[in-house]
Amino acid sequence: MANVEKDAITGTETTGHEWDGIKELNTPLPKWWLYTFYACILFAIGYWILYPSWPTLHGHWQGLLHYTSRGAFAQDQLKQKAERSVWTDKISSKTVDEIAADPELLNYSIAAGHSIFANNCAPCHGTNGSGNKNFPILADDDWLWGGTLDAIYTTVQYGIRAKNDNTRSDSMPNFGTDEILTPTEINDAAEYVLSLSGKQTDPAAAKKGETVFADNCAACHGDKGQGTHELGAPRLSDGIWLYSGAKSAIVSQITHPKLGVMPAWTGRLSNVEIKEAAVYVHSLGGGQ
Amino acid sequence: MSVISHNETKNGPKKAEEKPSLYASHIKVYPQRIAGTFRRIKWLTLYTLLGLYYLVPWIRWDRGPGAPSQAVLIDMPARRAYFFGIEIWPQEVYYLAGILILGAIGLFLATGLAGRVWCGFTCPQTVWTDLFMWVERKIEGSRNKRMKLDAGPLTLEKAAKKISKHAAWIVISIITGGAWIFYYGDAPTMLKEMLTGQASQTVYGFLFLFTATTYLLAGWAREQVCTYMCPWPRFQSAMFDEDTLIVTYEAWRGEPRGKAKTDDKIGDCVDCNLCQNVCPTGVDIRKGSQLECIGCALCIDACNSVMTKLNRPLNLITYDSISNQNARQEGKPERIRLIRPRTVAYMALLTIVGGIMAYGLLERPRVEVNIQRDRSPLFVTLSNGDIRNGYTFKILNMLRRERTFNLTTEYVDNATMTVIGINGRDRKNVTLKVGPDTVGTYRVFVKAPPQSLKAESQNLEFVLRETGAQSHVEVDSTTKFYGPKK
Repeated sequence: MANVEKDAITGTETTGHEWDGIKELNTPLPKWWLYTFYACILFAIGYWILYPSWPTLHGHWQGLLHYTSRGAFAQDQLKQKAERSVWTDKISSKTVDEIAADPELLNYSIAAGHSIFANNCAPCHGTNGSGNKNFPILADDDWLWGGTLDAIYTTVQYGIRAKNDNTRSDSMPNFGTDEILTPTEINDAAEYVLSLSGKQTDPAAAKKGETVFADNCAACHGDKGQGTHELGAPRLSDGIWLYSGAKSAIVSQITHPKLGVMPAWTGRLSNVEIKEAAVYVHSLGGGQ
Repeated sequence: MSVISHNETKNGPKKAEEKPSLYASHIKVYPQRIAGTFRRIKWLTLYTLLGLYYLVPWIRWDRGPGAPSQAVLIDMPARRAYFFGIEIWPQEVYYLAGILILGAIGLFLATGLAGRVWCGFTCPQTVWTDLFMWVERKIEGSRNKRMKLDAGPLTLEKAAKKISKHAAWIVISIITGGAWIFYYGDAPTMLKEMLTGQASQTVYGFLFLFTATTYLLAGWAREQVCTYMCPWPRFQSAMFDEDTLIVTYEAWRGEPRGKAKTDDKIGDCVDCNLCQNVCPTGVDIRKGSQLECIGCALCIDACNSVMTKLNRPLNLITYDSISNQNARQEGKPERIRLIRPRTVAYMALLTIVGGIMAYGLLERPRVEVNIQRDRSPLFVTLSNGDIRNGYTFKILNMLRRERTFNLTTEYVDNATMTVIGINGRDRKNVTLKVGPDTVGTYRVFVKAPPQSLKAESQNLEFVLRETGAQSHVEVDSTTKFYGPKK
């Protein structure tokens, strides 16, 4: 540069660039900064070569290391599976009752079951089995199909009214829409059902309803409304209701019953996972 | 205080540059060897500290079968820390906070009493830099030789000296980095694994990291760590007062400087610059107390050696307090005041914190309880109307033997418990076993009839008592019991 201009105040050289009378001073970068910058460029080139980076005509450059995050994830999963096999092998070879009797396996299954439950069951049954409207609470002591470990295990495997040959299924007749009972009879039966759990009722209607109940409902729900696990017939003599314990809801359920569906988990979860989930659900407190 | 001393005094006044640079280039410090009282103290602390650092991991301590037999060990995978007879669980990391607090107050006290003794004598940066300088001197020779060598052209001899110096530095750095790793695993096993290439990538990674930092900080960065990187010098002056012992130059006695004492007007300082030549941070102490001075007192040794030769009174540069200096200047009696409100306060704090920690360590029950209340569902109404709450109950058994506990509840009337995995439901008390050195996790359900509940949310206390003849350990922990709206 032939004519280097110096700034009068700082004594620093200018670059010769000028904008609106303001001149740019030439203050070069510190060496360490420059070298760090060069090192970054070199690093980037190395990265391009080793890792998937540039698009090509047929897809993209795979990188010499053939790394993909999906592959790394699969590797991680394999590793985890191998680490867990110490436990899962034992769980696989034991019955659910044997698992629950072994404190170490029990703790492992509860921990594993917790995450399986959160991923698969919680959307309907609520976190930690706290239930949802029309979906049973799993943390109380009222069970439609039985709350023993084995009963829970069976329910999780095959589901309720699900597309599975072994699924548990029952149906309650449409007493109203199929005109098996008259609306008055349904009303009386509902009043009687309310009286079973000690709620306020019309005593005269309930008295009439007792006969209707004995003739039509007791076969499944028991003569005192105590329910039958084998048929999935709910107990009607407590304060726990799947479809609300209000009279209108009971009338509606007799007239044209709602019948909930739970999918079968065999085929969707491994047998070990189903066992873990069953042990976990049983540990929620309501297991019988 | 600023980065003054280098430019003007190190190699004579600097030539005025044509172009002011925004980046002051570093001026290398060539500390000269000196012998004397303080140098002896420095060597002794260096031997002691390095000895401790390298040897402590090799001390064995029998803790019985299944437990590591290393006296000082931070066992990351097992999440335990051992210090001789003391065992720390992750839940007790607050002891680490306690040690840091003790360290900080101790540092304040030492600084209040004797200035930057930590920086000058015991700081790892000082200790390893000292060791590295010793190696440098052994290989490259005295200060003058080193300066000449650096200024001269690259010859075979220069290359050989430089290569062997860096090789020696790297060897020391590897040993230093390796020793740090021994604190995190069984030292003999780790050494064997590291030497045979069987150690994990993490171990080699950290070995490289600690080696590199030792080499860079003690070999290359040196006094720049103290001047630019370390925050401690920035606020250590807050711990000083006029009675703090610091390295000072008695300007009233030394000035004006002169070569010979022919004239009464000339002070004791002969301007030999030895005090500055021996300084590891390149400070001229005659300019007064300054940021770069780490209080290592080598300038005192240097000045005293000259004063002895010239047969003049010693301690022209001295370890003394400002008030003492003033008293001496005015001919008043000298007085070293170690007991002052400041130092008494630091000592009191040190005693209190130390006492609390010692009490905590001695009185630890070696069992701890953690309770997590279920939040979803908050509570469950059972078919008979009873209200039930769920808890995850964790018992930390910190002893190396199995222990048996009895669990009961209080505050909620007629409450009964069901523990998952333990036979028998709805019990007033439950026996829980926890294996040696483990955490026992239990799901506990507490049930109570609705009439027993006083409010929507009320206190529930779990009482855990150790059963057995010799133990009376009891842990009470209060949590909440929820029910429907009253």
